[in-house]
Amino acid sequence: MSHINRRNFIKAAGLLGAAAALPFNPLRAAQKEITVGFLYVGARDDFGYNQSHAEAAALVKKMPGVTVVEQENVPETVAVQRAMEAMIRQDGASLIFPTSFGYFDPHVLKVAQRFSDTRFAHCGGLWEKGKHPMNVGSFFGYIDEGQYLNGVVAGHMSKSAKLGFVAAKPIPQVLRNINAFTLGARSVNPDITTSVIFTGDWSMPVKEAEATNSLIDSGCDVITCHVDGPKVLVETAEKRGVMTCGYHASQAQLAPEGYLTGAEWNWVTPYQEHVKAALNGEPMINFLRGGLKEGFVKTSPYGPAVSAEAKKDADAVKAKMLSGDYVIFGGPLKNNRGEVVIADGTDYQQTAVELERMDYLVEGVRGQL
Amino acid sequence: MAESELSIFLLALLAGAIRVGTPFLFVSLGECLTEKGGRINLGLEGILVTGAMTGYAVSYLSGSPWLGVFAAGLSGLALGLVHGVICSLPRVNDIAFGIALILFGTGLAFFLGKDFIQPSAPMLPSIPLGFWSDDTRVRSALNVNVLFFIGVALAFVLHWSLRGTRWGLMLRLVGDHEDSAQALGYRAAGVRIVATGVGGFLAGVGGAYLSLYYPGSWNEGLSSGQGLMAVALVIFARWQPINCLWAALLFGAAGAVGPALQAIGIGWGYYLFNAIPYVLTLAVMVITCRPDRTLSGAPGELSLNR
Repeated sequence: MSHINRRNFIKAAGLLGAAAALPFNPLRAAQKEITVGFLYVGARDDFGYNQSHAEAAALVKKMPGVTVVEQENVPETVAVQRAMEAMIRQDGASLIFPTSFGYFDPHVLKVAQRFSDTRFAHCGGLWEKGKHPMNVGSFFGYIDEGQYLNGVVAGHMSKSAKLGFVAAKPIPQVLRNINAFTLGARSVNPDITTSVIFTGDWSMPVKEAEATNSLIDSGCDVITCHVDGPKVLVETAEKRGVMTCGYHASQAQLAPEGYLTGAEWNWVTPYQEHVKAALNGEPMINFLRGGLKEGFVKTSPYGPAVSAEAKKDADAVKAKMLSGDYVIFGGPLKNNRGEVVIADGTDYQQTAVELERMDYLVEGVRGQL
Repeated sequence: MAESELSIFLLALLAGAIRVGTPFLFVSLGECLTEKGGRINLGLEGILVTGAMTGYAVSYLSGSPWLGVFAAGLSGLALGLVHGVICSLPRVNDIAFGIALILFGTGLAFFLGKDFIQPSAPMLPSIPLGFWSDDTRVRSALNVNVLFFIGVALAFVLHWSLRGTRWGLMLRLVGDHEDSAQALGYRAAGVRIVATGVGGFLAGVGGAYLSLYYPGSWNEGLSSGQGLMAVALVIFARWQPINCLWAALLFGAAGAVGPALQAIGIGWGYYLFNAIPYVLTLAVMVITCRPDRTLSGAPGELSLNR
């Protein structure tokens, strides 16, 4: 855009005016078109994380002037660098959505340095100003709001006051979800505990089934999770007559009786913002976050088992979240070893970076990091 | 650890041994049979995944999980026969081809299985052996799938027939000393092809157990190396089908240790506990495979030994 001077501007403006006056509008024909690439770490219809992305990508496909290319089952290795390069060179993609957390460092960063005209919108919230290239950005949703609401409903519905959480790895986002779920449940009944089982990886079907069974055997009667595909967990719990809260996408059809509600992504909101910015030639959005209020996350409709009281309570909290004045992580807050992690009088808003570095489990969580 | 927690833990181990151990049992019996004939089929991992996909797909399309199990066995049989036939060609290394078969089998299953990740297929039924108990935990732990009993029966039948029947002796002879078998007029290649095919059938059934019972879902991360671990398990079991049964139960229980410990509140070192099956595999290999001695019970014609 270095050639904008007054003469060019007047020429262009004149052309625009003439174009608008003509019956055949060349502007429409010349509308900018872009190709957008999506990369998923697993299968697109896994009832989980990848499905939540693929569903949003399907909506992006309907935007005018947008061509979508997708590739699934791309491991977090050099393979993702090759896949991105192929999208850029062969398909002409100018905006890439590498959707898995582990793609960022070093893979996205390496490719981004070589293709400085291409935009890379990584899902995960790892981009830092000054440290990472400007054609890269990261977006993420505050899905802990959904997990908090899961917790409120679970807290109402649990008879044993024991909840279960099957988690993949102890990274900040996962811990934040475990903590939010527990805090939500304890806002209803302060005696509730959440037992956590870490399986060690994002997709371990046998371990997830074992973990679910173990949690149920130890008395938990509502189970939720943070793994890539909650299908196995939800089906196992339903078979054993235990309630579940969903995650990533809706698993309601897998558990018609025991599904209470769920924390779902609504990736189409950040996707559309990125695509619009690229179409209009606006600068890359490097930092993008949002929760329920901004439409980045949503909740599943309540299942048939949920009581009216639970619905009322959860809806009230949700309304406060939607108006933007609900604090999930406020002091005084202790971790499960009894140490104060958030001092009295400190309220962290959702945007607080301290929350993105979470390294503790709150009081009421049974589990160790 | 309180007494109730100890009982929960032991129950989880028992249940895990049966639930997680069943696919190990089938794959290791299949591998045992193949290796008795003097060949190693590393490709059982690929056959397991193909079997899981085929079983799930056929169960979903036909509505009958048992048809799914049978189809899974047939897909395993087909891949097993491919391994058997190709490795009978001169100068084909069975281990190298086995690795190729792992890649082929998983690739084929991922490709054909795309459309079956989302739908829910009918599952295999289980036998409620815990009906006598009021405790739902005991009842759930003793919900045992029919395939487990078939596997146990098969272990005993194989054990007996390898010792006491004509074809069992023939298979062992071919596996132990090919020249003697030839002198007696047996065709080693034919026997091995059949043994590898039947081994593949069993591995396919093991895969169907994964997708149609526990964890009971088809996706691309379903197998976490069970097929390969079963190969180590056969060595651990010293090529005895009944030992395969105990070894499979042990590996199943090992897989359940990590989640079970965390459920009762022991959270430290879960990465270590989750790795127990793999550590066990390594330990077995280190202890049993030393270059200075042959393994007792190892078939003489195995390329491991030659």
